[in-house]
Amino acid sequence: MSMSLMRPGGFSYSELANAGPVEHQFSPYTDNGGSIVAVAGKGFALIASDTRLSTGYSIYTRDQPKLYPLNSNTVLGCSGCWCDVLSETRLIEARMKLYKHEHQKEMSPAAVAQMLATILYSRRFFPYYVSNVLAGIDAEGQGVVYSYDPVGHCDQNLFHAGGSSGALLQPLLDNQIAHLNMQIKPTEPLSLEKAKGIIKDVFISAAERDIYTGDGILLKIITKDGITEESMKLRHD
Amino acid sequence: MALDSLCGFATGQPSFKAFSSMCTLQNDLDVFSGNFKNNLQLMNPPAAHIPELEAMKVDYKDPLHRERKTPYGFYKSPLGYGPMEVPDVGAATAPSPGGGVKIQMAHGTTTLGFKFKGGVIIAVDSRATGGMFIGSQNVKKIIEINDSLLGTMAGGAADCIYWERFLSKQCRLYELRNREKISVAAASKLLANICFHYKGYGLSMGTMIAGWDKRGPGLYYVDDDGRRAPGNLFSVGSGSTYALGVLDGSYKWDMTDEEAQELGRRAIFHATHRDAASGGVVRVYHVKAGGWEKISEVDNDKYWEKYSDQKMPIVIN
Repeated sequence: MSMSLMRPGGFSYSELANAGPVEHQFSPYTDNGGSIVAVAGKGFALIASDTRLSTGYSIYTRDQPKLYPLNSNTVLGCSGCWCDVLSETRLIEARMKLYKHEHQKEMSPAAVAQMLATILYSRRFFPYYVSNVLAGIDAEGQGVVYSYDPVGHCDQNLFHAGGSSGALLQPLLDNQIAHLNMQIKPTEPLSLEKAKGIIKDVFISAAERDIYTGDGILLKIITKDGITEESMKLRHD
Repeated sequence: MALDSLCGFATGQPSFKAFSSMCTLQNDLDVFSGNFKNNLQLMNPPAAHIPELEAMKVDYKDPLHRERKTPYGFYKSPLGYGPMEVPDVGAATAPSPGGGVKIQMAHGTTTLGFKFKGGVIIAVDSRATGGMFIGSQNVKKIIEINDSLLGTMAGGAADCIYWERFLSKQCRLYELRNREKISVAAASKLLANICFHYKGYGLSMGTMIAGWDKRGPGLYYVDDDGRRAPGNLFSVGSGSTYALGVLDGSYKWDMTDEEAQELGRRAIFHATHRDAASGGVVRVYHVKAGGWEKISEVDNDKYWEKYSDQKMPIVIN
């Protein structure tokens, strides 16, 4: 072993001298957590997010909803890397203003859905680390939900859970709303009140098991009369 | 203005005025969503090696969607295009780099297409997986490019849909310019050129372009390496080996339409049975002289009862 002066930190000066170039990688992503749940029904669409924003084990804030009303008939829910959420939603806002002035009308949920897919794909080689769920009501007053992967694959569903609790809540919704694997299916369509109850229940479940979901939820109710909102408290620990 | 010189900007340096004029809405839209004007203008990553982006380059031919170690090289099995050499298993279990952030695209597929006496049969499953999570059981993996052209999707769902949508636009423009429909050969080459342009960037797509033109039925395989090949029978995706087993066993040129549709359906069903990354519903399309026709769209669970009846009983002793 060669002679070396040991420093209290545990490495020797000679090691430091022979270390050569050190490579640092630029890591632009972080996961700030948060969950989104959306449910569509006849004449309504519901979308809710929790209000916790965190990194690792520390919580930045307990009061940051992740819902973005885009116009009178669509609301977008975004969670993931918060900085990407901010830049993505601002871009959407700008493009929607442009559309409104160019075409003299509001964008339909289907148009917003395709636009969002194209926006996400523009960053194919440097994606937004965001879980997007779009809810709205179409021209016939029917609720629609669109969900996305980070690079812009768009899927139309009747309900979707995204964000940190997505994998936890989606099976619960499959059971409670689609009644998959059930022998007896309910005869009447899903009512707004029932959907609201399910959303609140699943968020309570998520707060029990996911450290990135908690504190409270914000729920937006989209009908042909416009958008109203409700909130509910969740576990604060 | 005076502020420029106060801050020590020499003439010719970017001034505050020039910078602020760059911060216009139009400029921001062009920079941050340039692909609305020019579909090929996608934003580049800010650095050469970003760990999260490296981990995104996965191989659609591998059932575990492991990171791609061998992006180049032509592999051809005696019966068509099969899975590439599988990289070491360590890549799948190694923790993702970059602070636990893992960007997972929708993936996983079995698709097949074959020519026969009566045209071209295209059959696909409908499952999308992100890692080990089933993201959707109802993905449309047959993309209707126009009335006579179909594209299939395996690999990154967003990649396939974005570029086949772009292809659809290009095919329409071709029709308007040339007053005739584009050939399957030309359409598939447009897509292959895009794949070649982005070679090494990490696109993940394995597609078949099927259609009918003045030369008759057409079937081409196109993938993310820029590879393009005409053929009579292809299967693409993580479940392709299983599908090929069924197809090669019963394929005949002289099948009736019903026999051919049933063969495609059966091959997809058996692939979804063995490949965990495939599943959902079986969709079958038939390309004929007049254009394509949607034949069936049925959940795999329904087929399970039907096909399990036809199996040989297991005899013990």
